[in-house]
Amino acid sequence: MKGPRYALAVDTRTCVGCAACVIGCKEENAVPLGTTRDWIVTETSGVYPALATQFRSERCNHCADAPCVRACPTGSSHYGPGGTVQVNPAKCSGCKACITACPYGARYVDPRTHTVDKCSFCLHRLASGKRTTSCQEICPTASILFGDLSDPESEISRALARRTWTVLLPDAGTEPQHYFLK
Amino acid sequence: MEITTTRQNPLIDPSLHVWHGEVAAYLFLGGLVAGLMILLGAYRLWKPERPRSQALARLPWLVPVLLSVGMLFLWLDLANRLNAFRFYLILRPETPMSWGAWILLAVYPVSLAFAWNESPAAWRRRALARWPRLAALARCSEARQRPLAFATMNLGILLAVYTGILLGAFAARPLWNSPLLGPLFLASGLSSGAAFILLFGLEDEERRLASIVDMGVIGAELGLIALWLLGLAVGGLAAQSAARLFFGGPYTAAFWTLVVALGLVIPFIGEAIEYKRRATPGRATALFVLAGGFALRWIVVFAGQAAGWVGQVAGK
Ligand code: SF4
Ligand code: SF4
Repeated sequence: MKGPRYALAVDTRTCVGCAACVIGCKEENAVPLGTTRDWIVTETSGVYPALATQFRSERCNHCADAPCVRACPTGSSHYGPGGTVQVNPAKCSGCKACITACPYGARYVDPRTHTVDKCSFCLHRLASGKRTTSCQEICPTASILFGDLSDPESEISRALARRTWTVLLPDAGTEPQHYFLK
Repeated sequence: MEITTTRQNPLIDPSLHVWHGEVAAYLFLGGLVAGLMILLGAYRLWKPERPRSQALARLPWLVPVLLSVGMLFLWLDLANRLNAFRFYLILRPETPMSWGAWILLAVYPVSLAFAWNESPAAWRRRALARWPRLAALARCSEARQRPLAFATMNLGILLAVYTGILLGAFAARPLWNSPLLGPLFLASGLSSGAAFILLFGLEDEERRLASIVDMGVIGAELGLIALWLLGLAVGGLAAQSAARLFFGGPYTAAFWTLVVALGLVIPFIGEAIEYKRRATPGRATALFVLAGGFALRWIVVFAGQAAGWVGQVAGK
């Protein structure tokens, strides 16, 4: 693929679930009350006493084969720069097919604009020359990596090459571009 | 395994009930209209010369009317209603909702022309006397009576199947994600259409035809529902948990009583008895069928959104 391929990775070994990323995103993107673009999942697995807890900061996976884009009847949901998935509010009818189609529950209707919204990978920050997403910038444990997978030297490419990782619901066939380092 | 998310409020979590009663009402009316189109087209094609009841000459006008009511519901469900025209600036072949929007649009001219052709000749003459400008259009439509009946029937089939495929195409919603939903909604639409026709004053022979069709499709519906649930029950984890909604889960009672017992089994028995006694099919059974068809759409729309992949994590 030509051009950049943006992706995000969360280090589940260092994430403490403090939700600073959620607050940072709310602030940066003026996310309305009652909706979220990113959220924390706490998963406890195992049998007592051998329990393990994992914290995950989750958001839209910017799927390479995105069911939300396929479901959108107006072309409002589309693939944007760097393979990200974006919503064009000017075209959105609010039919909510994309919300129904997303297996991750990543989308919501913005009560102010009545159009659908979700994590944009902070494209506006990239466009203004910043190299980080707001969740990445605010994370106190530096657990969020964002970058270009087409560049083998980028921090995220190197981390994914070095460590083991997983994605959410790989069986859903969406090819998520949001990784979880183990 | 236990999973907690710190999303603000599970009640407003978008994975729950994105679509509301408006969508269920639209799907029911869409199916009913589709069933009407198929049956009215069929009456014209298979019994062209026999004298027809008044109702059959008037019912076709209800097709565009009921469809408009359905589309009104659909429009009410849009969060951003002013952008509804955006559906018609693009055709996205991989998106069922997109071609559905175009099918709905195609139904109007075809069903209007069909309704004109079916109307009593005296009525048409009066209408032309009042609006002489329509004469050319009317001649053009009348010259194509059979092709228009054929088109009405096939558009009806497309409309009914699309409402099922619309839901069936959502891989994220395991309850819907079945190719059987297309034929199931076709059968239920046909059955609603037949029941609706039975509410009007048809000739006995026409009634019996509608009731034979209804019994046949009710049988097909029962089979399709069984196959659909079987497919879920023997499917993967997501499909199995979706099936549990109807086997012990919160939709169990509503589904088995309203849809299966009252909407399918009881009217089937009622119609079979009436048929055997060669009695005129009554309106009560027809009302049961219609209520059952509505319950099916309603429950499928809501239960489908209660089942998802969210919360399940990739294997370790
Ligand atoms: S996570 Fe959901 S909203 Fe984001 S690209 Fe994938 S399907 Fe679309
Ligand atoms: S709600 Fe908007 S973005 Fe989502 S599918 Fe409908 S038109 Fe597309």
